[in-house]
Amino acid sequence: MIEFEGVTKRYPDGTVAVDDLSLTVETGQITVFVGPSGCGKTTALRMINRMIEPTSGRILIDGDDITTRPEAQLRREIGYVIQGAGLFPHRTVLDNVATVPILKGVSRRDARSSALGLLERVGLTADLGDRYPAQLSGGQQQRVGVARALAADPPVLLMDEPFSAVDPVVRDDLQQELLRLQGELGKTIVLVTHDIDEAIRLGDKVAVLANGARPAQFAPPADILASPADDFVASLVGRDRGFRGLSFADGNEIPLKTIDHGVDGLTLEVDADGRPLGWRGPDGLLPTEGSFRDGANLRTVADLAILSPAGAAVRVDAEGRADGLVLLEDLAGNVRSQQRERLAALATSNSNGEAG
Amino acid sequence: MSDLWSYLATNGGDVLTALVQHIWLALLPVAIAFVLSLPLGALVHRYVPVRHIALTTGSVVYTVPSLALLLLLPGILGTSVLDPLNVVVALTLYSLALLVRTTADGLDAVDPTVLQAATAMGYRPVRRWFAVQLPLAMPVILTGLRVATVANVSMVSIAALVGIGGLGQLFTRGFQLGFYLPPIVLGLVLSVTLAVIADVLIVVLQRGLTPWSRAGAR
Amino acid sequence: MTLDYLLDAANWSLTSPDGFPQRILEHLGYTFLALAIATAIAFPIGLLIGHTGRGALIAVNLGNAGRALPTLGVLMLALALVGIGLVPVTIALVVLAIPPVLATTYAGVRAVADATVDAARGVGMTEPQIALRVEVPIALPIIIGGLRNASLQVVSTATIAAYAGLGGLGRYLFDGLATLQYDQVVAGAIVLAVLAVAIDLALAGTQRLLVSPGVNGRSTGNRPTTARPAPKLAG
Repeated sequence: MIEFEGVTKRYPDGTVAVDDLSLTVETGQITVFVGPSGCGKTTALRMINRMIEPTSGRILIDGDDITTRPEAQLRREIGYVIQGAGLFPHRTVLDNVATVPILKGVSRRDARSSALGLLERVGLTADLGDRYPAQLSGGQQQRVGVARALAADPPVLLMDEPFSAVDPVVRDDLQQELLRLQGELGKTIVLVTHDIDEAIRLGDKVAVLANGARPAQFAPPADILASPADDFVASLVGRDRGFRGLSFADGNEIPLKTIDHGVDGLTLEVDADGRPLGWRGPDGLLPTEGSFRDGANLRTVADLAILSPAGAAVRVDAEGRADGLVLLEDLAGNVRSQQRERLAALATSNSNGEAG
Repeated sequence: MSDLWSYLATNGGDVLTALVQHIWLALLPVAIAFVLSLPLGALVHRYVPVRHIALTTGSVVYTVPSLALLLLLPGILGTSVLDPLNVVVALTLYSLALLVRTTADGLDAVDPTVLQAATAMGYRPVRRWFAVQLPLAMPVILTGLRVATVANVSMVSIAALVGIGGLGQLFTRGFQLGFYLPPIVLGLVLSVTLAVIADVLIVVLQRGLTPWSRAGAR
Repeated sequence: MTLDYLLDAANWSLTSPDGFPQRILEHLGYTFLALAIATAIAFPIGLLIGHTGRGALIAVNLGNAGRALPTLGVLMLALALVGIGLVPVTIALVVLAIPPVLATTYAGVRAVADATVDAARGVGMTEPQIALRVEVPIALPIIIGGLRNASLQVVSTATIAAYAGLGGLGRYLFDGLATLQYDQVVAGAIVLAVLAVAIDLALAGTQRLLVSPGVNGRSTGNRPTTARPAPKLAG
């Protein structure tokens, strides 16, 4: 658990980068600081490993004030990933990853052999270990950066715009990889980004920060999409937030219709193995525009239903056999009741908060 | 201090002659080298084989000690050891070695997209070189010119060891007079002052010629 | 041009006090002494200024002023103040060598990418560790470049030792000029030129040995390539 207690950073020229920030980051979760550039989110992050010292207030990690420990020692217990990775160009990939364990006194040999395992963990092959950073692509460098941060097995990981320097395709891979890694490791991660979509995708909780790192809203991403606290958050979240919020709902919650359920004169046609072929109607066979499987989120299901000529998304089983339909009208009912429930719950918790 | 003034009072004419000769010997080679370095630098920038030959030759020339070169040139040029031409040729070679490299570096550093844009707008190669390439390479070229000029001003003094004039004569005079300080100090002060003035003049020229290079700087 | 003096075997005798081997050793001696002292002074200062970013103006101006000083004048001044001997010669050569070493150490360390230094601090390196394990290795090509430049100038200028009554290759130049024996002057000049080139080559070789293959002279930082997506990785 990382606690900010009334933390302020004021520079000699009078600018206040972080203004009286109080916030608690939960253990084992990904907490994202998101906000426009210059809002103080990076400053807030860099105060956790004392790259920047606060002017006032304090920061506690698991109840201990971070200033009670020497800076370098503290930083060796906290993983740190930055934009562009910041690898050491004069060291091989393996030696880059082995940096912190060696600083902590692990023998070079042991540090290297465990570094090799870490490379695989972040999705790199062992033969890259002998290369120099300049010989890697941007995405590979960023993976090495993550491996280096994880090398000493720190409980806390700080990530400052970690995926901003790579192109969208690679970024998508890296984000997926981070979620997979976090599933295995369960670190306490604080990630800074200016990209609200990245924040929504990665965060267990998202802190939307306005100027001076003032938390305009600090909530799970689904709540931020469903109910932005103010105009600032709403403008940052942008368009289509209702639709984007569906990605947090389970597609299986909607009651299924059987595949022989006809809609407006259209019926699903399947081949001999039961795989969907299309919708048969007076205009001939129309395409299904795709299907979904178990575990798909509601956004995917809704998208399929909208695209379908029958207004129905086709569900298939593991072998690709059609086993059910989700109709737009069933979906609508579900979305309506879910949103009502959520807003009611938020209203209750808000009024409780004001009372307490 | 009073020694200095009395030395200047009695030897003012000699000092002035030495100063004028120093200026000639230092700046004439830079001027020649600068003019030659523009086409040569363009060739080096353009053709890879020329680059290898020119830069290797340049670095070997630069490695040859100035005193050695001053003493070897008479045998090659057929001049007398005391001929100032030796100094001019030697310093021209050094300046050229430096300036060809910086000119090529300057041209290399011009953003290729700007050149593509110029071509796309219909510039022909020669016109493009003078209107776009050369001006954009100027900051780097002039930085090289500063280094060459300052180096020359201080290097000319060596010529006095061979018996050729310039402010270095004030040092050998002080030596002959049993390490008499006034000419030595005078020589140092004049030489450094000359270098600083030449440097400042080039900086002023640079600002005049490349007003855009300061526009983006904060 | 006559090469008689250069090719005369007697002048290459190892035992002769004014033979080439002896003079080359003397010349190398003055050179290394001056380079060692200059490096001991300029390297730590350059590193400190480069690492902290404080005093940069001093470093730049000192470097420029140093380049403008005529070494012959500095030698004469030192001779006049200290008297004849190795000390004034060394002072003049050290003054000559400090600016390039200081300027390149400063510039090399300064040119290390901010992100790299930030990462080094972030993983828990102490300031001396950042300077010695990250900044110096990355700046090494530039620093050695400065050392090469300095050694070139010092080797060239160490001839003035002979002018101040000491030995070294300058002996052939000044003695030959005084006695009008031009073949001796030519021999000295050729040996001096070859020695300068040899030292430069030796330092270039050292640079290859010492500098990490991940660092080349041009890129002192590390900029990830984003032009193309990473190849699909196995596993």
